[in-house]
Amino acid sequence: MTTKKPLLVVQNVKTYYPIKTGFMNLKTDYVKAVDGVSFDIFEGETVGLVGESGCGKSTLGRTIIGLEPITDGHIYFDGQQMDYRTDRVSLSKQIQIVFQDPYSSLNPRQTIGDVLAEPLRVHRIVAARDIPQEVERLLQLVGLPTTAKSRYPHEFSGGQRQRVGIARALALRPRLLICDEPVSALDVSIQAQIMNLFKQLQQELGLTYLFIAHGLGAVKYISDRIAVMYAGKIVEMGTTEDIFLRPQHAYTKTLLRAYPNPDPTKRSIIQRTQKGALE
Amino acid sequence: MIGYIVRRLLIAVPVLFGVTVINFLIMRMAPGNPVDMLVSPKLPDAAREAKMIELGLHEPIYIQYWNWLKNLVVHQDLGYSMITYEPVTTMIWDRMGPTVLLMGVALILGLCIAIPVGIYSATKQYSKLDYVFVTGSFLGISIPNFFLALLLVYVFSIQLNWLPSGGMKELGSSGSVTTLIIHMILPLIVLVASVAGRNIRYVRSSMLEILGQDYLRTARAKGVKEFFVVNKHGMRNALIPIVTIIGLEIPILFGGAVVVEQIFSWPGIGQLTLSSIMNRDYSTLMGLNLVAAFVVIAANIVTDIAYAFVDPRIRKSYVGGSKR
Repeated sequence: MTTKKPLLVVQNVKTYYPIKTGFMNLKTDYVKAVDGVSFDIFEGETVGLVGESGCGKSTLGRTIIGLEPITDGHIYFDGQQMDYRTDRVSLSKQIQIVFQDPYSSLNPRQTIGDVLAEPLRVHRIVAARDIPQEVERLLQLVGLPTTAKSRYPHEFSGGQRQRVGIARALALRPRLLICDEPVSALDVSIQAQIMNLFKQLQQELGLTYLFIAHGLGAVKYISDRIAVMYAGKIVEMGTTEDIFLRPQHAYTKTLLRAYPNPDPTKRSIIQRTQKGALE
Repeated sequence: MIGYIVRRLLIAVPVLFGVTVINFLIMRMAPGNPVDMLVSPKLPDAAREAKMIELGLHEPIYIQYWNWLKNLVVHQDLGYSMITYEPVTTMIWDRMGPTVLLMGVALILGLCIAIPVGIYSATKQYSKLDYVFVTGSFLGISIPNFFLALLLVYVFSIQLNWLPSGGMKELGSSGSVTTLIIHMILPLIVLVASVAGRNIRYVRSSMLEILGQDYLRTARAKGVKEFFVVNKHGMRNALIPIVTIIGLEIPILFGGAVVVEQIFSWPGIGQLTLSSIMNRDYSTLMGLNLVAAFVVIAANIVTDIAYAFVDPRIRKSYVGGSKR
């Protein structure tokens, strides 16, 4: 399943935001949202990226896709260095992103058909006359009825909207899909459906995933490897098994304790010991 | 949708009725009457009485109102001016053209300035040009229109002698399009300054709110070029609240017309209103009030309908009868 060729190489990436204060907005300080992050993602694998709110994981995802200006470091996609200042438009064909909030990330004035047709038109993925068929194909791919295309986002439930978000991301036939907490805004019963959809799409289309979540529970099910992020840095990265059974970093252990498992026999060693016992 | 419009029009009828009653009462409570304005004070009281009876002013107020209303409903007639004896309908109709022309052009020009400037200010927030535009819009809002009007007349008509200080055409000429435009420049500057000033701020703040929305990020992620992200995804959503503001702008312009038309002797509704007030011309004033109330109500209905057209979320709730 996993080949040896890295699809995405992230090298020492930093994303800083200037804090503008004072008269005439003189730059005084920076928020170091992502502070020197390096990792690889291989073709066809799923990497889970976990960390608490505000640790920079979403910023990292948006930096990779070119939505945030990179402060320092390099990102290579398929062996080619990406220059995000110029490449945002062409890059969007290769790497796509599914956002957390499926409602606010859809334009309320566009029908679902418009939402899906726009990237096809901008990037000329299919000929103009084939766009309606392609839109229907995408809707079917994510398990929505084709009648959805003439309706507006507010007419759908959260799970359905997230399916639209996934279809929209897949419209450009990307190789890497960044999933920025795609299920955290959904009901638990819907979460499982969407996670299954992600798994199924990966098998059908051979996608590579960077799966961002704030808890380990959400990524355990889908990830081959997991990266744990804390305060803008990756503190630990390993296979899903390693992270759950042999965590090294204190923060990973804290996260594991926070992950509820109703079956006591399946709880990890960390969860069965008292806090502090292994540290 | 048609049912909705009909319902709104039916609600408008009692509102118009209420407006006329209140206006009628307020007008009669004000001191003076048309006869004082019309008849020389030297005439004997008997002559005054005769004039009162002729105009129907000797009847109790409620009878007078009833006569006015009956005339309006049964004959669709607003009566005759108590001063000039012209039909009120004709007077208002003749004055309507110049006012609609001036206000319409002012509204369109104002928005043509406000929308691009507001969008620029929002996308380049806190840039030098943004500060210039925001300060300019503050000036446009703050400066009283009569003061700006007098200032412009002083500079451009009296000192420089470039532009006429009032009127719609040269005296004695039949008036051409060029002279009309020349006469419109100064009143337009006054009206556009306030329309643009107000709306730059509305567009800017509405756009700022939209620029932070997640779906603009989605549009960028799709690879849509920045120009279209702002002007297609952003602006179309930002204009939804602006549509409401434009609807409110129409009554404001109608009110502002009274002052601006007076200063620039623009032969429109505003000038007629002021001269009718001065002359206590009750019947003309009632007609003008009715027209003004109608314009406000119509502007509101049009706004609500326009709202449905620009926002699909609202449109569905009209068409489908119920939401979702």
